[in-house]
Amino acid sequence: MAGVSKEPGFLVTTLEKGVNWARTNSMWPASFGLACCAIEMMGTGAAHNDLARFGMEVFRASPRQADLMIVAGRVSQKMAPVLRQVYDQMAEPKWVISMGACASSGGMFNNYALVQGVDQVVPVDMYVPGCPPGPQSLMHGILSLQQQIMDGEIRRSTGVL
Amino acid sequence: MTDVHDTSDIDAGEDVLEEDAADGRDPENGQDAENGQDQANGEDTASVETERRHLHEVWVSGTEERFPFSAATNEGAQELLPREEDPALAIQAGVAVEDDYVTEPEVSDEERQIINMGPQHPSTHGVLRLQMELEGETIRRVKPIVGYLHTGMEKTAEVLNYAQGSTNVTRMDYLAPFHNELVYSLTVEQLLGIDVPERANAIRVLMTELNRVSSHLLWAATMGMDIGALSMMIYGWREREVCLDFFEKTTGLRMNHNYIRPGGVAADLPDGWEDDVDNLIDVVNEGVSEYEELLNENPIFLDRTMGVGVITPEECKQYGVTGPIARASGLAWDLRKAAPYSGIDQYEFDVPTGLHGDVHDRYLVRIAEIRESLRIVAQVKESMPRGDYRNPDPKVTPPPRKRIDESMEALIHHFKLFTEGIVVPPGTAYQSVEGPRGELGCYLVSKGGARPWRMHWRAPSFAAVQALPAMMTDSLVADVVAALASADPVLGDVDR
Amino acid sequence: MSDQVGTPDAADGLTEESLAEGDAVSEGAMSERALPDSELVAQLVSSFEGITYDIRSYASSDATYTMLYVPVADWVAFATMARDIGFDTFIDLAAVDHFRDAPRFEVALNLLSMDTNERIVASTRVPYDHPVVPTLTGVFAGANFYEREAYDLIGIEFPGHPDLTRILLPDDWEGHPLRKDFAVGAIPVEFKAGSSDL
Repeated sequence: MAGVSKEPGFLVTTLEKGVNWARTNSMWPASFGLACCAIEMMGTGAAHNDLARFGMEVFRASPRQADLMIVAGRVSQKMAPVLRQVYDQMAEPKWVISMGACASSGGMFNNYALVQGVDQVVPVDMYVPGCPPGPQSLMHGILSLQQQIMDGEIRRSTGVL
Repeated sequence: MTDVHDTSDIDAGEDVLEEDAADGRDPENGQDAENGQDQANGEDTASVETERRHLHEVWVSGTEERFPFSAATNEGAQELLPREEDPALAIQAGVAVEDDYVTEPEVSDEERQIINMGPQHPSTHGVLRLQMELEGETIRRVKPIVGYLHTGMEKTAEVLNYAQGSTNVTRMDYLAPFHNELVYSLTVEQLLGIDVPERANAIRVLMTELNRVSSHLLWAATMGMDIGALSMMIYGWREREVCLDFFEKTTGLRMNHNYIRPGGVAADLPDGWEDDVDNLIDVVNEGVSEYEELLNENPIFLDRTMGVGVITPEECKQYGVTGPIARASGLAWDLRKAAPYSGIDQYEFDVPTGLHGDVHDRYLVRIAEIRESLRIVAQVKESMPRGDYRNPDPKVTPPPRKRIDESMEALIHHFKLFTEGIVVPPGTAYQSVEGPRGELGCYLVSKGGARPWRMHWRAPSFAAVQALPAMMTDSLVADVVAALASADPVLGDVDR
Repeated sequence: MSDQVGTPDAADGLTEESLAEGDAVSEGAMSERALPDSELVAQLVSSFEGITYDIRSYASSDATYTMLYVPVADWVAFATMARDIGFDTFIDLAAVDHFRDAPRFEVALNLLSMDTNERIVASTRVPYDHPVVPTLTGVFAGANFYEREAYDLIGIEFPGHPDLTRILLPDDWEGHPLRKDFAVGAIPVEFKAGSSDL
């Protein structure tokens, strides 16, 4: 979380709030589905759970148009370079949600094939637990991320581990 | 894109297959070629060309600096084979199968290009990657590249004991977790030589058939989305949620249930499950009728699916393609009829088959299968036997909690089961069930002890992905998505 | 609890020579018997020397399948004949590492006859110092990916295969992870606290 405790000035505060508000409510996720969690991610976006309520339902096929990457599923050693490349192609500012146990820590598959946590490859803003996390969990993660953006600063440097 | 390959200084032929052939060219020659084509603004194009290359270099090196894995543009061993090695193409198209791969010699290499689809692509059903050689808009060659979801589950299975094994296998084909658990449990039971009570069999049939329904519903949703019928996405998920709700009520999880275990099932059905199943059957039947209303006479849907992605029965046999794809091409083969497991032969159902082996027939077969599965579910509901849902063998099934307080022996069995696990005699076994995507098999080698020595999975999607070139060769680019969606590969199943 | 599967130490100091005193073929269950009832399998068994077979039945089912052991020299001829007499559906090809048994690697071919509803699982064994099985891609097109998988994960060579490259792992991977002397590769997971500078 943004641990800024200094009392900000009137003008800058207002601008920051405005920008954050805009960013919060128009986040477009990149459709980066990998495994089981991708199914639940699709389920979250579908009619029953309706992610559109939070302004996040526009899953973009191109990473250029997306500012949120939901890493939904296990990341293999072979997929890690691809994942990083997709992340690099996204425009700033960008956020990453690590969805599920596999993406967050390797989950139950602690073996040669998997990257043990996607945070070794890209910086992660929010971890959503579960195997797979249900739509409610993912929505909770997304709302928490929105809150984090709302409370954060405009300037943030990403892309560097 | 047409003038990417500069043939002035590159030997026409295999070099054109290299994606970065353009990068290796001399700037001088490139400029000359541009000038030769377009004298008027030759200067401008040359500068744009330089600019573009410059940007490309910056981007590549920039990512390399920050991340060592990144920007591997060289395809390595996964590159499409050079054109000269035509035997490979004959293999791809099948040996006893008529080779439908056509090369027109008058088409120059400039009119061919290599296109990569995936691994991150909205319509690839996971992280499948297709390398395609196009001639205009026609696909001449396809090479599926898999492994982007390789999880090492077969290795992990060797360190988990038999009781833990279901947690592992249920995550392979994550759209058919019950089928994975079932075939794993059956294989272990085959080695143990035990049987399960009738109620366990009935519950297994109930859950796997409902799983087939939910898997096909998801297929209908994503298939519709892939070929542009976006409403199908919403409708398919609507009905699938009803199935998932029932799964959650029964097993505690929406996916990856770990419910069917060696010796039976983990828990009995919840109270009031009959009403839930009744409701589910009504809702799904009604929903499927809506899909048919939406799609069956929709001219766009028909145009996009009929005669597309055809695979013949001979090709199916050659590639080991089973399930709805094989049935759509006319092979009336269903393991529920041929090798009935868990007493599924006592229920009445039909095996729908198609005639043409195209995308449309696969759609029809899968929709019909949803209805047949619901028929089975309704019969299971009517005839659900009473009794235990687990094999009472104390070496396989832990004793009830209450017995541990009363019996020393129960306590010992409980302790042994949860420290050592189920001990399986040495041997080799193969068992298969009819999954939603075809024959799902498990080849299990045991050397005694509580852990499998080797667990190999016969994944139906693996065979389906392998057969994609047979479906796609000489079709249009736009049909690739339809053919791929109709094959319904689950990459967790392919890569394991 | 006693097996040391997956620990790197398990392989240390054990060479194939020291293990070679094990049983020649561990499939003790298979035995030479009279010809089976199935005409197709009988035809296969009588056509090749050294084939043993064993009839198994599925769990909770009346269905059966036949497990065969085929010498590696007859591998392609066997598969060709099986295809021609009716086992024309290629189902599976699995590779197994029998670490402490003498012909260390096993390749198991699973074929199906849809017409007669029969299934055979034919396996062959090859030694550690020469893990070579002739390819079946000339017999069944479907053997292509399965043999690549066996090559990738177990390290069995299939001469004659048109494209014997790694299929599941990255190209630059070293080793064959499903061999028993390849460690699982588990690393202790560090659960990091959330960083405060985001």
